[in-house]
Amino acid sequence: MGRFLTATRGLGRWDWTDWAAHLYLILGMLVMFGPVAWLGLSSLKSESGLQAFPPTLLPYEQSSVVVPGRGTLKLFRVVSGEHAGQELGELRRMGLQSQLVDPKAPDTIIRLKLEEREPVTRLRAAWENYSELFGKFNFFGYFWNSVFITAVATILTLLVNSMSAFALSKYRFSGRDAVFLLMLATLMIPPTIVLVPNYLIAATLGLTNSPWGVIWPAVATPTGVFLLRQYMLTLPDELIEAARMDNASEWRIYWRIILPLSAPALAVLAIFSVMWRWNEFLWPMVVLSRSESFTLPLALNAFQGELATQWNFLLAMTVVTLVPITLIFAVLQKHITQGIASAGVK
Amino acid sequence: MNPLAAFFAALMDLPERPMRWAQQRLSGGRLGWVFVGPNLAIFAIFTFLPIAIDFHYALTGGTQLLPADRPFVGTGNFSSLLACTDYLDANSCTRDLFWHGIWNTLRFVLFQVGLMLVFSLLTAVVLNGKIIGRGFFRAVFFYPVLLSPVVVALIWKWILQREGILNAWLTAAGQPTTNWLLDGSWAFFWSVFVSIWAHMGFYTLILLAGLQAIPAEINEASAMDATPPWRHFRRITLPLLMPSVLVVLVLGLIRAVQMFDEVYVLTGGGPGTATTFIVQYIYKTGFADQVRQYGLAAAASLLLAGVLLVLTLVQLKGMKRG
Amino acid sequence: MFRAPALAAVLLAAGLTAAGISQARAGEIRIACYSDGNECESTAILATRFMKDNPDIKVTMNQMSFKAIQESLPVQLAAGQGPDIVRTTDFGPIARYMLDLTPYLKDAPYWESSYGPVLDWMRTGPTDHGIYGLMTQLTISAPIVNKTLFDQAGVAIPKAGATWDDWAAAVKKVQVATKIPFGMVWDRSGARFAGPALSMGAKFFTPDGTPAVVDDGFKAIASRLMTWSKDGTFDRDLWVAAGGGYRDGFPDFQNGRAAMYLSGSWQLARLDKQIGDAFDWVIGSAPCGPGGCTGMPGGAGFVALKDSKNPADVAKFLDFLAQKPVYAEWMVMTSNVPANVQLQKESLPFKLSPAGTAAMKAFVANAALLSPLSYRLQGAPISRPIFGAMTDRVSQAMSGQMSLDDAYARITSDVADAVAAFKK
Repeated sequence: MGRFLTATRGLGRWDWTDWAAHLYLILGMLVMFGPVAWLGLSSLKSESGLQAFPPTLLPYEQSSVVVPGRGTLKLFRVVSGEHAGQELGELRRMGLQSQLVDPKAPDTIIRLKLEEREPVTRLRAAWENYSELFGKFNFFGYFWNSVFITAVATILTLLVNSMSAFALSKYRFSGRDAVFLLMLATLMIPPTIVLVPNYLIAATLGLTNSPWGVIWPAVATPTGVFLLRQYMLTLPDELIEAARMDNASEWRIYWRIILPLSAPALAVLAIFSVMWRWNEFLWPMVVLSRSESFTLPLALNAFQGELATQWNFLLAMTVVTLVPITLIFAVLQKHITQGIASAGVK
Repeated sequence: MNPLAAFFAALMDLPERPMRWAQQRLSGGRLGWVFVGPNLAIFAIFTFLPIAIDFHYALTGGTQLLPADRPFVGTGNFSSLLACTDYLDANSCTRDLFWHGIWNTLRFVLFQVGLMLVFSLLTAVVLNGKIIGRGFFRAVFFYPVLLSPVVVALIWKWILQREGILNAWLTAAGQPTTNWLLDGSWAFFWSVFVSIWAHMGFYTLILLAGLQAIPAEINEASAMDATPPWRHFRRITLPLLMPSVLVVLVLGLIRAVQMFDEVYVLTGGGPGTATTFIVQYIYKTGFADQVRQYGLAAAASLLLAGVLLVLTLVQLKGMKRG
Repeated sequence: MFRAPALAAVLLAAGLTAAGISQARAGEIRIACYSDGNECESTAILATRFMKDNPDIKVTMNQMSFKAIQESLPVQLAAGQGPDIVRTTDFGPIARYMLDLTPYLKDAPYWESSYGPVLDWMRTGPTDHGIYGLMTQLTISAPIVNKTLFDQAGVAIPKAGATWDDWAAAVKKVQVATKIPFGMVWDRSGARFAGPALSMGAKFFTPDGTPAVVDDGFKAIASRLMTWSKDGTFDRDLWVAAGGGYRDGFPDFQNGRAAMYLSGSWQLARLDKQIGDAFDWVIGSAPCGPGGCTGMPGGAGFVALKDSKNPADVAKFLDFLAQKPVYAEWMVMTSNVPANVQLQKESLPFKLSPAGTAAMKAFVANAALLSPLSYRLQGAPISRPIFGAMTDRVSQAMSGQMSLDDAYARITSDVADAVAAFKK
């Protein structure tokens, strides 16, 4: 197999560094992707299954048996004593004793010590973690809010940032460099430190509890301006001069010539913007306080009550939150990784 | 053309007339102001104005939120934050949590940025070699970058908790289990580890692109000279990669100093104050405490912003020289 | 240069978002709610019935996390953007935004006579006689005991009147005999800590009402906690883990890792549902000390807010919930101890297992042991900063970051700092 692959790819003979490199990558793959896979598997476990230690790899659940005249009983296997090996249904527990019946002979009650029995489990995925999630919560409402905010904010980000980058790369005006530095400086400001004043401003502008309250503050990004400006600097000025000769307006030059040519950088910024908005948490939590305007991460957070954390729903919801972005990535991964890589060095 | 694209094109033609009007009235490059206008306005409203309000908060006290209701205290908030008998011992300071935050952040930045640089460089070099399925591995290493900090923290919390899978493995291997997030040193280790896990892919891509930009002739030339690989890497590859490394350093440093969500959801800043970072202190003081001291939070924010500014300027200087 | 584009953008933003502002409609009541179990869901069921009888009023339930309510509500209220009613345990910080329902209530004396002791918790002081909301339950902290483990160890569960030292010795015996990791686990919570402190004789306030947290009674329980956490009797992990905030000890108790769990009556539905027949559990009587045998009362309440456009409708809805038959039904749905004094004397038809029913009885019995000081501490606006300082600093001492004496000094200065900030 190894020889076949190397032969077809024309990579020549493998020395130890090649083996070490592949070993490193496979280990890395386990570390990078294993935790996510474990999350997915865990999200299919029932609430009591999640509490089990040691955790099982696959979701198990205690089997039950219907015994005529006794109802549905939980099934146990007897591990020692005269009934060893039998599978019995438990009627009730009295202190350290358990009262069980054989489903085939439901009239005789068998009394055992607790440690003489162990639960019979079977493999079953707790899909109800997901179905109850959809039933209990307005999932599609949250989903739509997230999609709306992500899509609109991304379009506006591209527009506003590219206009700015166009001016900063293709015009000469006094104060231009100062503006650019000022914008870059905002990169260093942790969002947390302007949280409280920003809320006051959003409230004054009537932006609270509206998706626009999340969208407007997000559309001017220093990273976007920087990225697009650096890319536009590489576009030849002759193009613009030629268009001006044809008496094209500056707006036309911007949107018919510069924008299409900046497509690769715009694509990278679009990906970033989708990522940022889809995952954004702290600011939406502050600005959106009505459940009908919640985004997915906020709904995810709402599962953590003061006194109880419902891990089964929390895990299921986490999976649901990361599925869309994972799908987008799976389809576009080549463009995304290459785009970001090329933008990073420019 | 499909209707959506047509609609979009028509929409984008709308500013044509007002822009022409502006163009006729603004000479030279001053039309640039119109183009940067929207962006700058949003920055002004949601970044610069809040910072100005932060200055007001920092100079006033009490627990009232509305700026007009707050009594003036001068530099009281700053002096309270900076009051220490021994600056190296956080416990000797009036605001001990602030100083724990500073020292922890410093340690975190040192380890996180350093180790992340090492690992993303290593990964990039490996991926730059003759690798089967390079695109696949590149995607795998990048994947965690897409996840939200809350999701990242929840995933690792689920693995590291006392009844988590890591401890289950240790038990199965006959090793004693550890409460990973309850021991100060381990909790700090995992904060560093998880943040590297979540961000490494991004920096790997930047470095990989830098590596691939190195002309093939250079590598071939040194292969002909039979330069040992390590020497080749240190003498030739690394210097040529320096611009990419600097990008990684600057971005990584800024992010590490601002670290908050992931570690906050993962450890809550504990055990004790072992993973309480400076931004968490600000968040706690101004937003999560029972008594909200916005003035203290704003003063700490401004101090942090000042430090970041100096840090970046120094780096930019270094970058220009390099 | 700078002003023109900024102004333009403000206008632009304002224009574009005018559509986004949702005006409260006439007759609409918004409730910001969080659930410990099914509190919001069951309130929604009752609200549907209420709306049928009052078609002009629309009740909207917003379920949020407790943390979101606690962190963003004060900011929203200060900006005039709050809901009409909020469910919270934390009344102090929002006291100035509360709506006095008295003028809107048909029968205010009914509220006084039925909910008297807990109405004070929402008031700012002895001169305040307003009615600001309805407690959704009364919670009582008490030890929850894993009877199966005690039986296996052959140790008798300490009876009413047993001291904290008796309890510590008993759970230690169980811990050793059954080889479990801890003797007891407490939720990481200032209220949980306060109960034992009061039992040990802590006073928390000077006679004139100034907070004075660290006294001999306080030190008695804090130093014991240190000893217990060092010798493994006490599950210190839970306390040391977080940099701040509440931590739930339930998973440790559920997994049989501790013989005794200091928590409270709000865990009843969970105990009943999740422990099932894994082991037998009973509610103990609050352990004693020189200061009595008290736990801590508590609970969440629906608080009416002043900015509401429809105060009369808010009052009407809360009044509907407060009526004895509706309130009783509500308590049965949520398996909670009623805050209604009359209902506390009756036995409600809770849908619980035999163990759950016995536990409910035991919680109500514990309610009779609560000291007057415990009610006062719970109701004092300064109690939350006190609770926060106690847990955080004692945890730091447990983690070895500072000595217990340093922790005492920090608690005193933290509380003084909070008092000073409140006064400004």
